[in-house]
Amino acid sequence: MDWITTVDHKKIGILYLVTGGVFFLLAGLEAILFRIQLMYPMNDFLDAQTFNELVTMHGTTMLFLAALPILFGFFNYILPLQLGARDVAFPFLNALGYWTFLFGGLLLNLGFFTGGLPDSGWTAYPPLSTEYSPGFGMDYYSIGLQIAGIGTLVGAINFIVTIVNMRAPGMTMMRMPLFAWTAFITSILIVFAFSAFGVGILMLTFDRVFDGHFFNAAVGGNVILWQHIFWIFGHPEVYILILPAFGILSEVIPTFSRKRLFGYTSMVFATALIGFLGFMVWAHHMFTVGMGSVANILFAVATMLIAVPTGIKIFNWIFTIWKGSLKLTTASLFAVGFIPSFTMGGVTGVMLAMAAADYQYHDTYFVVAHFHYVIVGGTVHGIFAAFFYWFPKMFGRKLNETLGKITFWLFLIGFHLTFFIQHWLGLIGMPRRVYTFLDGQTGWNEMNFVSTIGAFLMGVATIILLINIIITAMKPKDAEADTWEDGRTMEWAMPSPPPVYNFKQTPLVRGLDAWWVEKRAGNDAMTPAEPLGPIHMPNGSILPVIMSIGLFIAGLGIMHHATWASIGGFGILAVCMIIRSLIDDPGYYIDPAEIEGKEVKAS
Amino acid sequence: MKRLIPLTAMMMLLLTGCSVEGALDPKGPVAEKQLDLILLSLGVMTLVLVVVFVLFFWVIIRYRRKPGDEIPEQIEGSHKLEATWTIIPIVLLFIMAVPTVALTFNLEQEAKATEGDMVIQVVAKQFWWEFTYPEEGIVTAQEVYIPVGKKVVFELSSTDVQHSFWVPELGGKKDTNVGGRNVNYLALEASYPGTYKGKCAELCGQGHALMDFKVIALEQPEYDAWVQKMLTPAEVTVETELGAELFEAKCLSCHAIDPGMPSMGPNLNGFADRMFIAGWLENDAENLVKWIETPEDVKPGVLMPGFKDVLTREEIDEIVKYLQSLH
Repeated sequence: MDWITTVDHKKIGILYLVTGGVFFLLAGLEAILFRIQLMYPMNDFLDAQTFNELVTMHGTTMLFLAALPILFGFFNYILPLQLGARDVAFPFLNALGYWTFLFGGLLLNLGFFTGGLPDSGWTAYPPLSTEYSPGFGMDYYSIGLQIAGIGTLVGAINFIVTIVNMRAPGMTMMRMPLFAWTAFITSILIVFAFSAFGVGILMLTFDRVFDGHFFNAAVGGNVILWQHIFWIFGHPEVYILILPAFGILSEVIPTFSRKRLFGYTSMVFATALIGFLGFMVWAHHMFTVGMGSVANILFAVATMLIAVPTGIKIFNWIFTIWKGSLKLTTASLFAVGFIPSFTMGGVTGVMLAMAAADYQYHDTYFVVAHFHYVIVGGTVHGIFAAFFYWFPKMFGRKLNETLGKITFWLFLIGFHLTFFIQHWLGLIGMPRRVYTFLDGQTGWNEMNFVSTIGAFLMGVATIILLINIIITAMKPKDAEADTWEDGRTMEWAMPSPPPVYNFKQTPLVRGLDAWWVEKRAGNDAMTPAEPLGPIHMPNGSILPVIMSIGLFIAGLGIMHHATWASIGGFGILAVCMIIRSLIDDPGYYIDPAEIEGKEVKAS
Repeated sequence: MKRLIPLTAMMMLLLTGCSVEGALDPKGPVAEKQLDLILLSLGVMTLVLVVVFVLFFWVIIRYRRKPGDEIPEQIEGSHKLEATWTIIPIVLLFIMAVPTVALTFNLEQEAKATEGDMVIQVVAKQFWWEFTYPEEGIVTAQEVYIPVGKKVVFELSSTDVQHSFWVPELGGKKDTNVGGRNVNYLALEASYPGTYKGKCAELCGQGHALMDFKVIALEQPEYDAWVQKMLTPAEVTVETELGAELFEAKCLSCHAIDPGMPSMGPNLNGFADRMFIAGWLENDAENLVKWIETPEDVKPGVLMPGFKDVLTREEIDEIVKYLQSLH
């Protein structure tokens, strides 16, 4: 019950991680299934419709329900600790964000039980996603993502306010850990990108459910309009996923190199610049749609420019290790393994940006290879690094390093085996999203076979990670506060896992890498910035869950044209909002004397 | 270093040009220019990768933690180094941006049909391609004939969902947009006679994977002969009479056989000379029966209904005989 009503950022962070992890496994399983289908030419393991559904669900689930929520889990858990805050700025909203994400995700996956999953690709181009996709599949997509998107937006606003307002005394913006910086820029991107997407899928819902005409060319709509709206969201979405991974690297590499981040200032500006440019380049996904040469060239050159700040980051990480003292743990292996893999994704990104050449790459396996190098080689490596790095902080236990290293190597080899060869497949003419391919085409059979074997290896690596988690969960909680010994940021100054109120006294920040600064000054705790006093904590609430269930019912009602269900669903939402507005919730206080007593008892 | 091996292997393959196809085996000027651009970018990017990989492996090997390591100096950064890896990439990008801009403009300029250019209208449909030669008055499907050494402007549109027209060996693709507006033009040219694979590159539904077509490039005289043949409809003989009647009764509501006639399904004029059924299945009597009986088994999502329960096997055989006489 505590988990359902909790507003504690740490518990919500864990909820995000667990839910995102489950969706990650599901989406990975979907990928394995359609890779089996592509193992042999003209294979009949899956039929065309199922294949299209699995491809759509794999992409949608990975991006919206796995990668982003897992990153949100780390933001939630780590960010307030790094900033020296008690919690995020709006704990109630934080819980609401999680629950809407969960119920939106469930709605999206409802097709597994009712039949008829989304089948038009995660890009959902109309008219394939409207008139040409009967059944409820694409309704699950548009309405499910609408509800999940509320959660994402709410979360992002929450992080922005938290970062702007709740930093501990002394932590200027330019003393913030880079992870917090990337969370900040990412959240800003989310606010702009997900708003556009929300409007887009609302229009899609209107077209599908209420016979709207936004994207119906026969009656004056325009199908290309959707593509623009989608990619105005879709391109920043890529940066939303990769910037936090940049932040994770910028924490893990300095910690295990025992050296401060090389070029902190330029890293901050590179992050901001990537975020800004990320909004200027959406149409490079549409070079072949016929925008004309001027538009294509502008978007091509703008896209190529992103390579500059990204390159700055790559070299800054390498030079963080330079003259450092690099310890290779599983966390740092994933972090350094990110650098070559992601760079390979980056260079193909520049190649794709070259419009005239992109006419050959567009919608082929070359693109599939590229974005998997960025998202798996980048984001997923980052997530794994963060997972191994912060796991002891969150759960008080260190994951098994041997199993972790096996996971790393299997995953790395499997990843390159799966995706490297796909560049080649694209160049010799294999379009993406094909449920099968003809026999007798030079190299196609062999390369697709190898690619599938790689996917299996990644699957095995993930299973070993799960075994690792289970084994670790059975061990006693023995992780120390500064468990990696060289922690630099403030989360390492508190016990693992931290108490519900985080720092007993808000700490004083005396420089970049605040905890490192204190350690070098010979202190074994952060210097407090306030006297010991009663700690104000928010009360838990059941309302976020009920509100999300209301939205879920309303969404189902809308797609089934069940007016009473929709009114009922929105009614539940409205009643909850009224209750929340009318009833004062002053929270409660934790008495410092009580804490002292507890701590004495614990030790 | 491990990861460099496949990369060098790929470069080697590129250089030798052995058993490659698609974009790497250009058969026309557009694809050639695009391959040049691809190779230029690949070269520059390989250089970047080599630099990054060398630095990367050097630091992780040289600066591994050893017992007795002291706390390293906390280096803040270096303006000189940071400026270096800002400026050099800008220079490299410039090297790649200039030809990109030039070729992008050039291709778009070429695609504008002027007086005397040969134009072929392409309409993409779930899951087949209709080709119309407005000058000659020919409508055909799945296999498009072009003369060698002549610029052909393809006018691209679609009547149901978004598709994308791609002939890798002749040049990069363009989408076929729905709705009559946003019609696209793509100029391609074949330098050598041959048959080139064509593909739909945009997810368009269940049959997307098999929405293939062929571009057949012929020398001008042979091409002219093909045009003449297409304009002269095949005659019905005693042998094919029954099939022709059945075809008229059962198939003509969707298919046409007159040279210039568009139809709901593919125009079947000259069907006997087509290499493939439904764009990919070898065109012989056995396969044709299979297609007519259960088209869904050949291409999922296809609009053509199955005739297994509508016609007897004998009737289908007659239709097949008739179709195989359509030269």
